[in-house]
Amino acid sequence: MTAVVGAPTPFAIEEPPGRVGLRRAMVAEWTKLWSVRSTAWTLVGTGVAVVGLCALGTGTVSPSEIIDDPTRRSLIGVFLGQLIFGVLGVLVMSAEYGTGTIRATLSAVPRRPVVLTAKVVVFGVVAVVVSEILTFSAFAMGQAILSAKHAAGTKAAAAQRAQQLGLKIPHNIQALLTNGSASLGQPGVLRAVIGAGLYLAVLGLLALGLATIIRHTAGAISAFVGVVLVLPLIVEALPTGLSNALARYLPANIGLVMFSTNGALDRVASAFSPWMGFALLVFYTVVTLVIGCWILVRRDA
Amino acid sequence: MIAARGLSKSFGNVVAVDDLSFDVRPGTVTGFLGPNGSGKSTTMRMIMGLDWPASGSVTVLGRRYHDLPWPLREVGALLEARSIHPGRSARAHLLTLARSNAIARARVEEVLDLVGLTSVAGKRVGKFSLGMGQRLGIAAALLGDPGVLLFDEPVNGLDPEGIRWVRTLCKRLAGEGRTVFVSSHLMAEMALTADHLVVIGKGKLIAETSVADFVAGSSRQSVKVRTPAPHQLSDAVTNAGGTVISDPDGSMTVTGLAAAEVGDLAASMGIAVHELTPVASLEDAFMELTDEAVEFRGGS
Repeated sequence: MTAVVGAPTPFAIEEPPGRVGLRRAMVAEWTKLWSVRSTAWTLVGTGVAVVGLCALGTGTVSPSEIIDDPTRRSLIGVFLGQLIFGVLGVLVMSAEYGTGTIRATLSAVPRRPVVLTAKVVVFGVVAVVVSEILTFSAFAMGQAILSAKHAAGTKAAAAQRAQQLGLKIPHNIQALLTNGSASLGQPGVLRAVIGAGLYLAVLGLLALGLATIIRHTAGAISAFVGVVLVLPLIVEALPTGLSNALARYLPANIGLVMFSTNGALDRVASAFSPWMGFALLVFYTVVTLVIGCWILVRRDA
Repeated sequence: MIAARGLSKSFGNVVAVDDLSFDVRPGTVTGFLGPNGSGKSTTMRMIMGLDWPASGSVTVLGRRYHDLPWPLREVGALLEARSIHPGRSARAHLLTLARSNAIARARVEEVLDLVGLTSVAGKRVGKFSLGMGQRLGIAAALLGDPGVLLFDEPVNGLDPEGIRWVRTLCKRLAGEGRTVFVSSHLMAEMALTADHLVVIGKGKLIAETSVADFVAGSSRQSVKVRTPAPHQLSDAVTNAGGTVISDPDGSMTVTGLAAAEVGDLAASMGIAVHELTPVASLEDAFMELTDEAVEFRGGS
């Protein structure tokens, strides 16, 4: 630009060193997340679903009933909670488009991958913390209910019966008989409770990724529900061989395995191990987010 | 300072902006004038790095928007469409923006006060009127105390007092040495606010000039006349080389003759004249220039 003769001196602006980066973008996203009511409401809704269904799932057990996996039983609300939590994940991105806030956001932080990364980190941390609190709460409550029901329950009854018959209960059977209620010290239990929280959190991020691609709240929620609820129905309708081969790749089944202590092989034939499944779920989410980022950068805002 | 060079953008088959080049200089208010749908908002969005140009480039302070280290401290924008979450309070919206660009919290209160929204700062934006929303948008633009300001149709939805306030604000900001780029489809508004004009139609540059030159350059002048003897005067004007258009309200618009000539003509024929008004030729200049470039015209 050639200088214009007699032009006024350019307006002086104050600028700190450096530039707008991830840290600033994260602080802004944090402020954004907690300054709308939908965040608190969806988190409360997720809590009610996870803990409420746990009360239902464990409270309706009859004292004589033997539960395959009391840990899984107390965490069953995760399946309802994931839907509400998914809505929050969707809103973190789709609300930007629905309300036009994306224009303000990108004016302030023009580098779009930085914006998406900030959202993923902020929402991801909130998601993990909230999910773990919820799953540990549900577990504690569920086991308290179950152990109250089984105070004179299976293990004691079996031991008494065995004594009457003069039998010794083999160790593997003994292990099963402790299943009236679970404690974190038992094999696989701590992993299942942590896994349930991680599953919930990663699904929230998957929802965020879908919303980054789809940009519309209703569309993204539909896609999310399709992935976690409808896809399993479709797979189930396939010929048995194919259905069994595909079942272990489904997010919902990976989740089931993650919050079961027994690998959920009773429910998902040829299921992946819990951590293998988790790795696959993270992979799905990363792929979704990377596609979302690519679209975010390329398209007009 | 804003510099557009060969800026082009299409949406499908529709060319929104076509090889547009212009400069916006600091210290004056530059009006961005064009009929609705002429590509003003798209150009504004390309300046802000929200839309990608198909070709050409636009820089602010010599850089692409994406390369500005602290965008809100350099460029403040009020874009046409609302860009605020209705569930968030005005204060929270500004605070979010402030935090992203390391702007002190006190500045949020300062701009709220400046636009007169302090008393409703805690209210959710969804409950705001159109005018309040515009004021909040202007507050957001001023937040980083930037040297370049873009206002896309800032007086939309404002009452007369608000319109005057925006006009005064634009002039004051330019007076402080800032670059102020204001779009409007209203020529009259621009005539009162802007010193320079960038006029576009159908995405093409029509004129880049000062307001005074723009008006002076218009070949068309018109006079509004009201008389109890319209037919007589109409004939006389036509004979004198003027053109007459009858207006629906019973008056007539004369072009080709100056107001004084029409008055003298009427006096010489003893025709009473109830009204004799030279019509703001700014509108005419604008209409004349954009005539060929109006995308959507009313059915007439």
